[in-house]
Amino acid sequence: MRTSDRLVVAAMVAIPTLAVLLLIWLPAVASVLLGFTRWEGIGGLDTIEWVGLTNYKNILTIYPPFFPALEHNLIALVFLFAVSAFGMFLAVLLDKELRGGRFYQTAYYLPVVLSLALTGFIWQLIYSRDQGLLNAVTGLTVDWYGDPKYNLWAVMVATGWQHAGYIMVLYLAGLKSVDPGLREAAAVDGANARATFFRVVLPVLRPVNLIILVVTVITSLRLFDLVWIVNKGRNGLELIAALVTQNIVGEASRIGFGSALATIMLLISSVFVIIYLNIELREDK
Amino acid sequence: MTAATDVTPRNRVASGPAARERLRHRPLTPARVVLHAFLLVTALMWLFPLAWALFNSFRDYDYTATHGYASIGGFTLSNYADAWERGNFTHTFLNSVYITVPAVILTLLLASCVAFVLARFSFKLNLTLLGVFIAANLLPPQSLLIPIYRAFRAVPLPEWLSDSGTLLNSYLGLVLINTAFQTGFCTFVLSNFMKALPRELYESAEVDGASVWRQYWQITMPLCRPALAALATLEVTWIYNEFFWATVLLQTGDKFPVTSSLNNLRGQFFVDYNLLSAGSMLVALPPIIVFFLLQKQFVSGLTLGATKG
Repeated sequence: MRTSDRLVVAAMVAIPTLAVLLLIWLPAVASVLLGFTRWEGIGGLDTIEWVGLTNYKNILTIYPPFFPALEHNLIALVFLFAVSAFGMFLAVLLDKELRGGRFYQTAYYLPVVLSLALTGFIWQLIYSRDQGLLNAVTGLTVDWYGDPKYNLWAVMVATGWQHAGYIMVLYLAGLKSVDPGLREAAAVDGANARATFFRVVLPVLRPVNLIILVVTVITSLRLFDLVWIVNKGRNGLELIAALVTQNIVGEASRIGFGSALATIMLLISSVFVIIYLNIELREDK
Repeated sequence: MTAATDVTPRNRVASGPAARERLRHRPLTPARVVLHAFLLVTALMWLFPLAWALFNSFRDYDYTATHGYASIGGFTLSNYADAWERGNFTHTFLNSVYITVPAVILTLLLASCVAFVLARFSFKLNLTLLGVFIAANLLPPQSLLIPIYRAFRAVPLPEWLSDSGTLLNSYLGLVLINTAFQTGFCTFVLSNFMKALPRELYESAEVDGASVWRQYWQITMPLCRPALAALATLEVTWIYNEFFWATVLLQTGDKFPVTSSLNNLRGQFFVDYNLLSAGSMLVALPPIIVFFLLQKQFVSGLTLGATKG
């Protein structure tokens, strides 16, 4: 390689890598480190005080929203898994010669192009206590977004409305990539449609299944926009992502404490990021 | 063995007049009726929330206040005019453009550079590098908030670049963070796409003495047009829809993109839902138009990333 080419290659890799390292990986490491400190955020970096595991101890003992948030994230996870299964089911139904197949796909997929924040507003027309459709039809007087007994579920339904279409598209693409010869062979061997799907198609789609698993976990961990729109993640809508944000924007600026929460998020997600990398990069090895 | 040849392979993709003919003449079994009924009901359920917002966005507030929302009538266009004015949409749409367009261009440029090197050369660290990029895309943004927020506040910018004087509260800050987050996904998709290009292209280019940059810009990039189009479609929608960073990194209302400006339409004491519907429709319109015009690119962009091989 010529020297000029070598310089060009170096620059082509170095600039983007530097951007990602500086804007993502460095902050990630900084979050982990700050999680062991106390810092009000006023004054310079020299006012940072090392406190060891105190923040983690406090999160577990004297920070009431933490366990509800954890529980809500778990509920979200289970709920979104069910939604993912439904999305996969739709994909299986649509993976045939079907009249109107395109219309169905478009209908399920349309919510995916909208932002979650917008989704929150659109569902407010259904959930509002005084003017919402749901109460008008059922005769109830529930504040679906406000009442801590119901609001998590209201938010979940709106989120699921969007999530199902996304999974449907991902899985449909997976199904279309299955070698038709496999199904024919199964049919020749006398397998019915159900057996073909569970014994042949599903095992072949193992990588896609795993990706859907990871996408679902990460989506449930990242849930933020909708609860922030509704009430900034309080009163029944505590989620870990919202707690992190509450601790840094607004009046209370508890940087060390917020960072410890952020680190917990990082830890959970890193498990699934590693699974994802294993699937995606395996072929290249 | 004759049994095997008797089985006509089922044509999985309906194409050509013959397939369409077969589709039309297939007997309507009860199972198919149930299937279509199920799909249709689900599809209508999925369309309903949007349709409901669309319907009420054209209705007068006073009319729905007296007759209830479960009524028909009171049609007007004034909600749109009101929402446009009160939500300051001219301004916020422009803000979205200022953030989205540079971020998408920068993302595709950076991602294609890395992807090209990863696909063209086999360095030892290629796989690690790809991992660094992909994983960055998957980290929860909230977990990076504190350092990013503090760092952006500390970086001074000249007046002409940011009237706040720092990266915090500037378009540039949002462009940078969106770019950093999206580069991983695009690098992944593009490097897969570029690896599938025939290697002979580069061999003949080498013989002609083309530099690496020319190979990238004049050979690889034009061939990547389908993937770039798919990614551009997807990224425009994603960055336009981005909410978290816009909310936390912009403090003053005058730079908010259109997605976060819907809050302006929520009054402090009461909410005019018809107005909010009109505002929601206005915000939803660009991604919906993009989706219908470029549906193929949109879906292929997503699936390029998800189903390799």
